Amino acid sequence: MPFLASIAQGLLLAAEEGEVIEPGITSGLIVELAWLIVIVPIVATFAVLFFGKRSPFKGWLMAELAIGFVAVYGTVLFILNATEGVVYYGQVTIAEIGSFTLEWGISVDGLSIMMYFLVGVVGLLVFTYAKSYLEGDVRFTWFFASFSLFAGGMLVLVASPNLLQLIVGWELVGVASYLLIGHYWEDFANVDAANKAFMVNKVADAALFLGAIVMAVSVGSFRFNDIIEVVIKGEGGPLSQYAFWAGLLVFIGAMGKSAQFPLHVWLPDAMAGPTPVSALMHAATMVTAGVYLLGRLFPFYLDPEGLFGEDVRNIIIVIGGLTLFLMGFLAIVQKDIKKVLAYSTVSQLGYMVAAMGAGAYTAGLFHLFTHAFFKALLFLAAGSVIHAVHSNDMVDMGGLRKYMPRTFWTFIIGTLALIGIFPFAGFFSKDEILASIRYAGGDGQNVANFILVLGLVGAAVTALYMTRAVALTFFGTYRGDGHPHESPATMTLPLIGLAFFAVTAGWVNIPGVYTGFTTWLETRFPLAGVPGAEGFDLHHPEGFDWPLVILVGLLAFSSIAIGWYLYGRNADDRTQAERDSFRIPVLWPLFEHLYYIDDFYMGGIVRPTMGPLSRAVLWFDMRVVDGIVNGAGLVSMKLASAVRWTDEDVVDGVFNATGAATGASGSVLRRTFTGRVQQYVAFSFIGVIAIAAILIIL
Amino acid sequence: MTIVQFILLGAALFSIGLYGVITRRNAVLVLASVELMLASVNINLVAFDVYLRDSAHAGQVFSLFIIALAAAEVGIGIAIVLMIYRNRQSADPDELRLMRG
Repeated sequence: MPFLASIAQGLLLAAEEGEVIEPGITSGLIVELAWLIVIVPIVATFAVLFFGKRSPFKGWLMAELAIGFVAVYGTVLFILNATEGVVYYGQVTIAEIGSFTLEWGISVDGLSIMMYFLVGVVGLLVFTYAKSYLEGDVRFTWFFASFSLFAGGMLVLVASPNLLQLIVGWELVGVASYLLIGHYWEDFANVDAANKAFMVNKVADAALFLGAIVMAVSVGSFRFNDIIEVVIKGEGGPLSQYAFWAGLLVFIGAMGKSAQFPLHVWLPDAMAGPTPVSALMHAATMVTAGVYLLGRLFPFYLDPEGLFGEDVRNIIIVIGGLTLFLMGFLAIVQKDIKKVLAYSTVSQLGYMVAAMGAGAYTAGLFHLFTHAFFKALLFLAAGSVIHAVHSNDMVDMGGLRKYMPRTFWTFIIGTLALIGIFPFAGFFSKDEILASIRYAGGDGQNVANFILVLGLVGAAVTALYMTRAVALTFFGTYRGDGHPHESPATMTLPLIGLAFFAVTAGWVNIPGVYTGFTTWLETRFPLAGVPGAEGFDLHHPEGFDWPLVILVGLLAFSSIAIGWYLYGRNADDRTQAERDSFRIPVLWPLFEHLYYIDDFYMGGIVRPTMGPLSRAVLWFDMRVVDGIVNGAGLVSMKLASAVRWTDEDVVDGVFNATGAATGASGSVLRRTFTGRVQQYVAFSFIGVIAIAAILIIL
Repeated sequence: MTIVQFILLGAALFSIGLYGVITRRNAVLVLASVELMLASVNINLVAFDVYLRDSAHAGQVFSLFIIALAAAEVGIGIAIVLMIYRNRQSADPDELRLMRG
């Protein structure tokens, strides 16, 4: 078993702290063919679209096989990266414009491989689950085509070695999410949700595009590696002038996709889509894109040579902190189980972004990694519940523990992982984030201390709302209609698969014991030959920060206890569940109105835009633009009639006159042709005599 | 006998032929008048052949050619006139005016 032996050897090697592992695989068929990961789901999209209805399982099988391929390939690469380290960048040139090169390529490094693995494995389980969930849906085939595009777009995004391809994937994910959120478009509210997601994302996308242009123009290349190299070497050049704005704009783009405050409003509404969509969107694709982008450009934001100070990083950490703090509270007052999870996602994304802002590359991406599994698990379990009781509202649930044991236990595992109880996955990742924020260091330490407090409160709030959700859904007595029943095996097996990862995914990065994950991601920074790259500080803690661990644990357990005390008794009675017995006078209405942010956008931006602004634009269009166009048309008509006069009266006149003259002379001369042969003879004789006379006289 | 007498005879014959061609109301007589004109040309050719003492006698050869051609022409001409007469019961050139412009 040489293969297993090499894995064991690699794991031992990776376990040694602080050692920089030279990547072992930098070429060869396995990485050079990695572009298949991107191509297969995209091809599957069109295959399902065109041939889906006639293929087995109405297209589901094709989509499943495609994502299965990604899962297998991703896992192989993941193992190879864990054992030997993989770094490979391949690209083809599409066009050259001046000094710029448009490239399409694939990056196979620690960060990308983690995402391939994540999208593949989570996607495979979600696709399997979705078949049963959407059984009988009118647009079953169409759904799987869009779903494949969703996964494919995300893979284009994470495979990209340059900013332009990333934007292509970014927009593919955006359009696929639009299609999927609006899947049940018969209901107008869902169409609104889809539009909202698309519009809010567009605002951010515009910023990303600007940022990418500024960054690329000042560096002279769209490639991430070129941009990072410039930053690490400290040879900013034009970049050092614009770096702050470039970084800020790109971060605003990331805020849109990763639903950071105040651009988070689209994400809870995105729950309008089918539950598998929510699961994939909140776990492996779409919302992770922003955090991924921050990770991809991490050295740029870390800015080791001080090109633009820590300004952008401070903004990032504050935005992340506000998001995780504010959005957690909104989850407490939601009645819709999916919205609880949605706000929970926004809050967890806040943790990731805050970690990135604190300079904790590994911690942020580690949380992304573990969160993907347990949040997908929670969504799928919630979907299983919704499938059973035919309602999203937790008031209609209760007591499902007895009816749906598998869903219940997997949901509990997901909940514990999300709250961060040892030894579930969330414990390790959340703890590392908090520890990283505590030791962020530098000028931003005061800010970081503040964010640390927010993070601790956020952790407590997480425990509170998850306890509430579990209590209302699974405990007490059943309050809905009909008889709930456990979902079929095709739905519960993915749950069990994800539960396995929700337990174990955290064990790959235990500070002081085994930090393989950190090492795997370190191959992200090969940059061989770049001075200063060797000692690049990835800023991860060497051991557990015990006071913090104990504090977070205490907070979590006391929150669970408080939550159980407050909401456990709600679970027995429908009226109590509806009233939600625990309410703080001023704060709770504020939470229920989502801090009035949506109302502000609606009243402050959307309506004025739709009203006066659009009327003004209409007036401008009708009067000014149309006036210019009509004027141009009128002038053209005048010109044309002049040309027509010339043509008809002058040119045609010449030709007609010629014709008329010929006709007239002909009608005169024809009289000489009498048809009398003897006359002709006489005439010709007269002619002969005339010629003879002329000859004689001359 | 001087050459002038022959030329005068030729000219007289040609004039009578031309007059016949222009004035006859019967196509057969028009053909006969054409024969007269051909004969006058033959007289001229033979007369000048002798007058110029041509050792090759080209004038006489030409007149023989003209006699042969005239015989063929009369054969075809009479046939055409007969066909026209059969079709139209008339051989008057004045009535054959289909080519009038």
